Amino acid sequence: MIATQRVTDSLIIVAILLAVWQGLNLMVGDTALPGPAATLAYLAHLVPSARFAENALATLAAFTYALVIAYGLGLAIGVWLGAHHLSGAVGEPLLVALYSIPKITLYPVILLIFGLGISGKVAFGALHGILPVALLTMSAIRNIPPVYLKVARTLHLSKWQTIFAVFFPATLPEVVAGLRIGFTVTLLGVLLAEMFASKRGLGFLIINAMSLAQSEEMLTVAIMLFVFAVLANSLLLWMEHRLHRRN
Amino acid sequence: MTGPDSGGEVHARLLGVTRIFPGATGQQPVHALGPVDLELRRGEFFAVVGPSGCGKSTLLEILAGLQSPTSGTVTFEGQPVTADVPDGIGVVFQEDASFPWLTVWDNAAFGLRRAGAPEAEVSRSVNDALAFMGLQDFARAYPSQLSGGMRQRVCIARTLVLQPRLILLDEPFGALDAQTRLLMGDEVLRLWRRTSATVLLITHALDEAAMLSDRIGAMSARPGRFMDIVETRWPRERDSTIVSETSFGEITGRLWENLRGESIKSLGHSGAGPA
Repeated sequence: MIATQRVTDSLIIVAILLAVWQGLNLMVGDTALPGPAATLAYLAHLVPSARFAENALATLAAFTYALVIAYGLGLAIGVWLGAHHLSGAVGEPLLVALYSIPKITLYPVILLIFGLGISGKVAFGALHGILPVALLTMSAIRNIPPVYLKVARTLHLSKWQTIFAVFFPATLPEVVAGLRIGFTVTLLGVLLAEMFASKRGLGFLIINAMSLAQSEEMLTVAIMLFVFAVLANSLLLWMEHRLHRRN
Repeated sequence: MTGPDSGGEVHARLLGVTRIFPGATGQQPVHALGPVDLELRRGEFFAVVGPSGCGKSTLLEILAGLQSPTSGTVTFEGQPVTADVPDGIGVVFQEDASFPWLTVWDNAAFGLRRAGAPEAEVSRSVNDALAFMGLQDFARAYPSQLSGGMRQRVCIARTLVLQPRLILLDEPFGALDAQTRLLMGDEVLRLWRRTSATVLLITHALDEAAMLSDRIGAMSARPGRFMDIVETRWPRERDSTIVSETSFGEITGRLWENLRGESIKSLGHSGAGPA
């Protein structure tokens, strides 16, 4: 019952978005914003092409590396700052400050360090993703109720049992929330990097199409990214809800 | 400071126990407890009452081996209690300490499983403990689906399966409403009779202490010391209906006489240090 309700809700949202899109198309004209029908027709033509595959793979590769680095470093920093009091006190304001500035202002620095190739994209994407993963992991560890440690001691758990059987499941919901946000902003970082200084990738396709006034191509790529992001986000959100339902 | 007619074998003993928390930078150390002497007799139900912040919980944690005393010695069944919680001591805390990611059944099984008990034994003990706590119908539920009183029962069941010989209860009903507390009191009495364990209950509720205990230690404001130990002389078979006995009023009256001044004192510097 709830599942059907959700599907209906999603379909209503999609219908509204399509209607708004069509309305905007009628207002501003085909050159600025092609309508849904024209875009879908272009999508059917672009997506099977080798050009799209090549660029999509370039983005996917950069995104995968960036995500692995963002998750790995983010979790490591988060655990360190969460578990070590002094480091947390020093590190948290730094992370929060970094989190709140627009990372794009640092892009020239990243470019100078890592160059124009895939490593620059990976570094810029990872820079976006590390921060929310680290911040939420740190907060998850700090929020473990102190009584859990006392219970672990009264039940004679070893140090490793305490970590794996108590701390790990206690922090999991919040950590997964961090991974979900990290996923989204890492993708954002990679695409931004592709838009500003790259000759490959979906971000490049968008910005290139814009400068050539190929609005169908621009919109098609944007929609493919939109669908990918929504699907991935829904999957992670579903995991998060499953974990939260117990809490 | 045990009563003059202290019969029975000593189960746990605190001797000259104090606890002084080192002050934060630029602050005075906090003398939270003691010196305290206490002998718990095997199988008795002992309650500790006192104003908030008097070190009751500190006393319990020192007895459990969760904290080390600044000075003095603690022994349980003749063995010194050092940095670890000895086998045979079970603790139930005031906070909800049930694990939200585990079902009621898995919560109760938690300690036995970590100890590597065979699954058949785990199964038998857990079913037994859940039935005893009236939780058998909720075995597959998660704690979030239960009331506060039920969650506290889950924590008691989790302790119970390890068959503790000394059960320490740190204000386990502090967060519950008055009626639920009376009923939980009956549960604890039932538990105490069936397991024949020694029970130490920390509480700030005088009526709860008077209703449940064989002996009640009244503690002073910080640093907590025993000012008086009251014997209730209730029969072992008793329940919450005892609150209508005339001697019930006498006991709570005597406790309040001791504690009134101390409670006023503790109001003066409440919240100034660890509880």
